[in-house]
Amino acid sequence: MDKPLLEVRDVQKYFPIAGSLFGARRALVKAVDGISFTIDAGETLGLVGESGCGKTTTSKLVLAAETPTAGSIEFEGRNVAQLKGPDLKDYRRKVQVVFQDPYSSLSPRMRVGDIIGEPIKAHEGVSSADVRARVAELLELVGFRPDVARLFPHEFSGGQRQRLAIARALSTKARLVVLDEPVSALDVSIRAHIISLLESIQARLGVSYLFIAHDLAAVAHLSRRTAVMYLGKLVEVAESLELCARPLHPYTKALYAASLPSHPDEAREEIVLSGEVPSAIDPPRGCHFHPRCPFAMPRCSEQEPALVELSAGHRVACHLY
Amino acid sequence: MATIPIGAEGRIAAVRAARRGYRVLRELPMVPLVVLTVLAAVAVLAPVLAPHGELDPVKPTREQCVAKFGAADCPYVDNAPPFWSAGGRLDTPLGTDFLGRDVLSRLMYGARISLIVALTGTLFAGAIGTVLGVLAGYMGRWWDQIIMRITDAWLTLPSLVFAILLSSVRGPGLWNVVLIVALVFWSRYSRAVRGEVLALRERDFVKLAEINGIGKLTIVRRHLIPNVMNTVMVLFSLQVGVAVIIEASLSFLGVGVPPPEPSWGLMMAQERESLLEGRWWLEVFPGVCITMLVLSANMLGDWLRVRLDPQLRNR
Repeated sequence: MDKPLLEVRDVQKYFPIAGSLFGARRALVKAVDGISFTIDAGETLGLVGESGCGKTTTSKLVLAAETPTAGSIEFEGRNVAQLKGPDLKDYRRKVQVVFQDPYSSLSPRMRVGDIIGEPIKAHEGVSSADVRARVAELLELVGFRPDVARLFPHEFSGGQRQRLAIARALSTKARLVVLDEPVSALDVSIRAHIISLLESIQARLGVSYLFIAHDLAAVAHLSRRTAVMYLGKLVEVAESLELCARPLHPYTKALYAASLPSHPDEAREEIVLSGEVPSAIDPPRGCHFHPRCPFAMPRCSEQEPALVELSAGHRVACHLY
Repeated sequence: MATIPIGAEGRIAAVRAARRGYRVLRELPMVPLVVLTVLAAVAVLAPVLAPHGELDPVKPTREQCVAKFGAADCPYVDNAPPFWSAGGRLDTPLGTDFLGRDVLSRLMYGARISLIVALTGTLFAGAIGTVLGVLAGYMGRWWDQIIMRITDAWLTLPSLVFAILLSSVRGPGLWNVVLIVALVFWSRYSRAVRGEVLALRERDFVKLAEINGIGKLTIVRRHLIPNVMNTVMVLFSLQVGVAVIIEASLSFLGVGVPPPEPSWGLMMAQERESLLEGRWWLEVFPGVCITMLVLSANMLGDWLRVRLDPQLRNR
């Protein structure tokens, strides 16, 4: 088998928070606490979890906007943390991102053509006529007429803006696009449209996605595999369909229980989580999830469960299995 | 739904363009724009428009006046009143000053001084302040600390006293006043611009540019500067008014533009006593000019603030 496009190995990211004026003790926020995953070329990995679980930090690490405290991220077999100069520039060309808020991610004073063309100009020494031709192609790829290039972002709706952001992310022939909750800010009616657009783009260009979301249905639809994150750690990784059909980790079960059923008469297990996500500064001992877990055993508060493979491709970190 | 005949798109576009043009025209702040245009035109064309030289006493002098109208109609020594008052003359419509110089001509040349000082001084202040503000806001860390502490200290200085101090160091002179305006007022811009940049830096489009590997200088030029231009333009037009007042004040206090240059502030200073002696026109006309210029600059500034926002522009 080929090497994966992106290999994240035991990555940790701790943020120091300033101690009080007189106390010398500095606390650490363990935003990402040792996670590993891989993304193959042309594949989509979904990453789900509630707010504050470290999804966005993970995306920043992959985008080389933050450097990991420990562990390594390899892209095309090379350690990202050690990339410098032209290699780093090349990495920044090949790995792109689409942010959640399309109202903030497009510069309000630039025309659409300049916004989409900006990465092309930055990375490839091509003439402005070529840039314009590429921009026209990209606009058509995301379903616009090429002449919208001269408009300003505020002349578009949220869903349209997100399509423009996708066009920009694809402008430099990216191999991996990090989708950081790309549909969370959009109307439900637009979401399906954007998801299927992303799907058809992947089929055409063979680009890989790291799809970060908290909408389980969208993740299941777009990604072949899904990873579930809780308080800086991965608790379950499985094929999306398998995860839907047989969620194993109690947290995953709770997530599915909380999502809307696809049919009103559908009978399902009720799991209501009590309490809140514990602080990442001082996470619970043992399994991070045990204070809220309905199946917690004495062992859970003492020993941290490892992510073990139960069946082919289905890994879970829980003492129940 | 209305049907549009084939081939009418061009005409419709033309009508739309015309409507848009009309809307812009309608929304233009006519009063301040007219005042500023007139003042600018007068300043540029002063040598052509002014009926007399700004420095030379108008001939004929008092003797000729007395010979023509009789002593009773020439009550003022050199201080001729405006043309509608008794003893006024049409060739010096706004009267003459204590040296017999034509007030209208001096006001016209004075517009040059006020506009040069206000525009160039404010421009320099804006350039210095914007660069420092972007640097402080975007570079952060100790750049921010050092620049903003200096700005804070600068803002505590009372501007007029500080200006007087500077001019006592540099001496009077037109370009020294320009320098003083720049040195006194840059801190207004750096403070406002830094705040804007701090907010912009957290916006996704700036983060996106960083992730895309676009250089810091390009980000500043392409993403930060255009987005702080609103603030800078509004501040600029408001500060023009303040600069006019500072120039007038310095000249009034005798440390700005030196006599015999026809600065409006200086004209008011030289005629301080004349108001009590009934020669009101020597005080009122320069005062009206200063007020009009400052008020127009402020009104234009307010209008620009709304107009320059692209999200409000097409509504």
